[in-house]
Amino acid sequence: MRFEGPAAVAARREELARKDPDVRTLRVCGGPGCLASGSRELLAALKEAAVASGLDPAKRRISFTGCLGLCERGPLLELDPEGHFLRGVAPSDAAEVVGTALGEGKLVPRLSPNPESPEKESLEFYGPQKRLIMRRFGKIDPESFDDYLATGGYEALVISLFESGPAETLRRVAESGLRGRGGGGFPAGLKWKAMTGAKGTPRYVLANGDEGDPGAFMNRSLMEGDPLAVVEGLTIGAFALGAERGIIYVRNEYPLSVARLEKAIAGARARGLLGENILGTDFSFDLSVTEGGGAFVCGESTALMASIEGREGTPRVKYVRSTEAGLWDKPTVLQNVETWANVPLIAANGPEWFKGIGAKGNPGTKVFSLAGETRNTGLVELPLGTKVGVLVNVVGGGVRKGRRFKAIQSGGPSGGCLPESALELPLDFDHLTEAGAMMGSGGIIVMDDLSCPVDVARYFTGFLAEESCGKCVPCREALPVLREVLSDLTRGSGRKGDTDFLEKQAGLLKETALCGLGQSAANPVLSTIRHFREEYLEHESGYCRSGRCRGLYVPVIDPGACRACGSCQKVCPAGAVGGKKKEKRTVAAGKCVGCGACLKACAFFAIRAERKEHVG
Amino acid sequence: MPKTNPGAPEAVDLTGLRGLLESRPPEARELLPLLRDIQTRYRHLPEEAVRGLSEYLGLPLARVYAVSRFYKSLSRVPKGERLVKVCLGTACHLRGAPALLEALEGKLGLALGETGKDGRFTLESVNCVGACALAPVVMLDDEVHGKLNDESLADLPL
Ligand SMILES: Cc1cc2nc3c(=O)[nH]c(=O)nc-3n(C[C@H](O)[C@H](O)[C@H](O)COP(=O)(O)O)c2cc1C
Ligand code: FES
Repeated sequence: MRFEGPAAVAARREELARKDPDVRTLRVCGGPGCLASGSRELLAALKEAAVASGLDPAKRRISFTGCLGLCERGPLLELDPEGHFLRGVAPSDAAEVVGTALGEGKLVPRLSPNPESPEKESLEFYGPQKRLIMRRFGKIDPESFDDYLATGGYEALVISLFESGPAETLRRVAESGLRGRGGGGFPAGLKWKAMTGAKGTPRYVLANGDEGDPGAFMNRSLMEGDPLAVVEGLTIGAFALGAERGIIYVRNEYPLSVARLEKAIAGARARGLLGENILGTDFSFDLSVTEGGGAFVCGESTALMASIEGREGTPRVKYVRSTEAGLWDKPTVLQNVETWANVPLIAANGPEWFKGIGAKGNPGTKVFSLAGETRNTGLVELPLGTKVGVLVNVVGGGVRKGRRFKAIQSGGPSGGCLPESALELPLDFDHLTEAGAMMGSGGIIVMDDLSCPVDVARYFTGFLAEESCGKCVPCREALPVLREVLSDLTRGSGRKGDTDFLEKQAGLLKETALCGLGQSAANPVLSTIRHFREEYLEHESGYCRSGRCRGLYVPVIDPGACRACGSCQKVCPAGAVGGKKKEKRTVAAGKCVGCGACLKACAFFAIRAERKEHVG
Repeated sequence: MPKTNPGAPEAVDLTGLRGLLESRPPEARELLPLLRDIQTRYRHLPEEAVRGLSEYLGLPLARVYAVSRFYKSLSRVPKGERLVKVCLGTACHLRGAPALLEALEGKLGLALGETGKDGRFTLESVNCVGACALAPVVMLDDEVHGKLNDESLADLPL
């Protein structure tokens, strides 16, 4: 099984390429969204149907694959090689899908979102995307080493080891301008160069798979969809940096990521692509996985290292850089898993190629998880520099019918909210930071007119107050205070001047906290105040125009706009909506419990959240 | 200093403990992995196991306590037979997770973080299970239930 040199790898790849041309594969999306909509049951039903219909399992295959992206319409399927894309497939469809699609390579029109042009690329959701990191999602079984190899896997390592050498490999990464995908956007090459002069052995390369952003799953999808790309990236990095050991640190909640990575590592080791004398060279490197224990702060670089060492995962002051004294005080380079997955692409194709994608100073693509109030949500990969508006209105298909766009929140708890003007902004590290948000890990939440910026700020501040490790005073003390004031505002006990107070305290926190958690914790507060100050002031006087904060508004139905459909009445849990069939409805303010259900249910914009005082 | 939980049944059968510990080398960096192993096996960290671990790794008990208190996945109190986890991630928050949590608290008679007296359920929160498109979601052990509303909540096997 062991590859003794590059020729053996090439031979095996060729052998796989010569596979029977008549093979057809149904790939079932195994991304977290589709798993939740039942793709595991679907896979079982499909396999059963295939056995029942007597298809030759060597030629008609069924397997899981990485996230196909359009989670909203799951479970999703892709037929290889036809490229047919099916959505909303239920176990009860299994017999038909197996017979028509897998058996005959024909389309099942009723399961296709666009039967005229059945590839997924024809959908607006996929149109503007460029799937590089996700290029194997839908094309391979993430647990199959052969699938990885057959799709160009380990070409880059061979080039690095036998053509480039360590110095050229490092130069490629440095000149590519690759920036860290974990949030900070720090140039990877600068970090790598800083390690070259460092002393001490062993040297470490680490991958950050902690994915702490509470509304994001792109790193998870990568580790589960193409784990070997992370492994190969780390191996190439280790070669360039002279590292002997690598560790992938994975968030506690991701058992499937751990299993897939471990399987990938075992597969690479068995083939001599990890371990002693890789591909017969004198380069030796091995890799393992460490699981976190459930603490957001462990995503921070120094805390992550403390956690691997078996201590409490609290950050330290960075007098000394990790590239000189990191894990166990040895030279260490830490990158996000997506950063590592970019490395094989750059090592193989060179820096010029990479710089040709994305925007100036922001080369390459970025995976985003798009969630919130757009019509389409899911996992998206775009060239950096794509306009925010393209993400929201083309990929996302705009906000849901009858609603108005209000803001995007990007970067999770360290990021911020941006208003409508942001739709013109290029989606890259620099523009978002300048606007007071942050790229962060790539979590993007779209907010409509029923989402309240004060509530969102309270949400993230509450999250961070819980997650603050308590080591430094500003973070430990300020976050609960901010949370308290924000909670007051959203509960109707706000005071005049609260907004100014928040602004001042958040500003102080930003300047004095020890680590990135506290330093960026102010962003959700400051950015929402900056762009939605008026709504903050309204909350001071007990009014929430978004109809989100309970008790801070009364729903009022505009008789001119009401079409008497009754959907508000149906969803009201308190019986506060009056009016008979075919009559225009009204709300009895006294009975309203302020849940906001009617506002969401009205498709005609007929219900407004009014100030209580204005309603008799 | 964490106390042992007075209500916790300390009569845990620890016969397998030795083997569990020895499945990993006695090195400091195995502290968190071993704590996780113990948590998985016993659904909490029994006092005796924590002491055994401290001895096995040759680490001060204080350090083992400190680490076991730091990480949220570790618990000194036994967890229920089934874990009910409400997603409080961003997307779920925006689509009504707070109200869902309230409803679940009422249904189970438990506040967030509590385990029922009968030991059947523990109510916890998670942050994003990757099913944002199906928000709001609840996990029952490893099963994800999405697009929850009052009706579908009533259908959950609780
Ligand atoms: C509180 C906090 C949490 C963080 N969480 C993560 C995380 O979950 N994943 C990640 O890759 N980086 C996270 N980071 C950034 C890391 O400290 C580090 O910069 C990053 O892993 C470096 O890799 P990159 O340059 O490839 O992004 C976090 C930083 C802070 C301050
Ligand atoms: S926020 Fe709940 S699944 Fe993502």
